[in-house]
Amino acid sequence: MKHIVTIGGGIAGIEASDVLAEMGYKVTLVEKEKSLGGNVSKWSYLFPNMRPIGEIEDYMKSKYDSNRFTVIKNTEVNQIKRKKDKLEVSAGDELKLIADSVIVATGFEVFDAKRKEEYGYKIYDNVITSVDLENMLKNGKNITTPTGKIPKKIAFIHCVGSRDEKSGNHYCSKLCCVTSVKQAIEMNEILPDAEIYCLYIDLRMYGLEFEELYLKAQKQHNIQFIRGKLSEAAENMDKTILIKAEDTLSGYPIKMNVDLVVLLVGMESGKNTQQIGKCANLSFNSNRFLQPVDPHLARNNSSQAGIFLAGTCSSPMSVKETLDNARSAAVEVHKYLMNSDH
Amino acid sequence: MSNKFGFDISPSRTIDFDKFDNQILQYVLQHESSFMTCMSCGGCTATCSAGNLIDFNIRKMSLGLRRGKPESLAAEIDKCMLCGKCILVCPRGINIRNVVMLIKKALVKFNPKNDERNN
Ligand SMILES: Cc1cc2nc3c(=O)[nH]c(=O)nc-3n(C[C@H](O)[C@H](O)[C@H](O)COP(=O)(O)OP(=O)(O)OC[C@H]3O[C@@H](n4cnc5c(N)ncnc54)[C@H](O)[C@@H]3O)c2cc1C
Ligand code: SF4
Ligand code: SF4
Ligand code: SF4
Repeated sequence: MKHIVTIGGGIAGIEASDVLAEMGYKVTLVEKEKSLGGNVSKWSYLFPNMRPIGEIEDYMKSKYDSNRFTVIKNTEVNQIKRKKDKLEVSAGDELKLIADSVIVATGFEVFDAKRKEEYGYKIYDNVITSVDLENMLKNGKNITTPTGKIPKKIAFIHCVGSRDEKSGNHYCSKLCCVTSVKQAIEMNEILPDAEIYCLYIDLRMYGLEFEELYLKAQKQHNIQFIRGKLSEAAENMDKTILIKAEDTLSGYPIKMNVDLVVLLVGMESGKNTQQIGKCANLSFNSNRFLQPVDPHLARNNSSQAGIFLAGTCSSPMSVKETLDNARSAAVEVHKYLMNSDH
Repeated sequence: MSNKFGFDISPSRTIDFDKFDNQILQYVLQHESSFMTCMSCGGCTATCSAGNLIDFNIRKMSLGLRRGKPESLAAEIDKCMLCGKCILVCPRGINIRNVVMLIKKALVKFNPKNDERNN
């Protein structure tokens, strides 16, 4: 029986493994953390429909609890080697697996906001990231600033670590605009009296229901959208944050004191994906994500035969796109194994 | 043509891309090609030492140049203090101070008559 090894147990790895297992293949999924789920387990409610993350976790759990495929946790893969017509996947000395095909589903990492020093993350208490806010929202509806105040004025800052030469990332992370709008709506629901601003460069509402969410934010939630990039943030004596930007639509510089600044951090390919890509000699694109051999026609094929890409190791993707991409990776693996004579 | 509205529609309100005055723009781009990559985010204006004190908007001024409307450059360009703070924030990595220097040079080089496009 053909054996497939999946590296990474985020939603991409779980979905691709399960589809292949259902097709009748033997599949082993290796995850470096003690639990599966990857980044989504850090979020509270998902755009565009505010779905509680628990529903996605239950869906994933139903797959890996099915025992259709083998799960190995707490194990970080650090080598993929070609052994004749097989691939050897290893995690140090403790694990060696022989596979007919490998799926790389090592996912993404969020941009480290400390790299944008002028925004004051980890320097000023009341500057947090979208990831921190998800964590706060997960822990209930009692939202206070890190210095213990109920925020009356909140600013969401778009494009932190994306579309920015200074951060070394030219690409758009594509999900942070809609995440900002989602989080702004959630904050308005919890704190109806707070003034909420989104400072954006361009609003990229690319998904089918994203623009509606933006419209809803304007119509029902009183969110103000200001077209201008944050130039710098500074902390006041009372721990509020002074932010400066240009309102580019009116052409005036603006300043504003807010109780809470939320930085919309972008998605990067991350050190895991870098490491796996390098050890297996996979091609990267100029944004450091893994490069499929064809951007339209072979989105799951890596530059090495038998090694396939699933999910956000190849580009930023939403949950829906990640799952689609993972299912298509499974089909590509199946096609490959059907057509190979070994 | 008779004017039934009783007033003239001023042609100078329209940016006429068919009569694009690009002499200075071309000169700037020749020496600082990154100038064309500006996405009008306003980071430079927000941080601008001059713009925080007086009526000066480096982004708008630059945009005017890229839109073929260099008329206001002569009056605006000397407001820049050449401090270079804008360069530190620009997400496109444009050397904005160098753009300012190039505009200054070009103004001397080509000495355009103000508003010659519209008259
Ligand atoms: C702030 C934020 C909010 C978001 N909100 C939403 C939302 O509301 N709705 C939505 O649709 N999308 C949202 N997304 C996008 C969503 O998080 C992604 O689509 C999804 O997490 C991608 O899953 P993945 O499996 O590709 O990657 P990941 O979740 O990164 O999973 C990768 C897994 O691989 C493991 N791994 C990596 N390297 C190795 C190795 N060498 N050995 C073993 N295991 C390894 C990791 O530990 C991890 O478990 C959001 C993204 C961000 C940044
Ligand atoms: S999705 Fe929006 S916030 Fe994110 S990088 Fe793109 S433009 Fe910026
Ligand atoms: S160099 Fe000129 S435009 Fe740039 S910040 Fe200084 S004064 Fe403003
Ligand atoms: S900071 Fe750079 S990209 Fe932004 S408006 Fe100024 S010149 Fe253009």
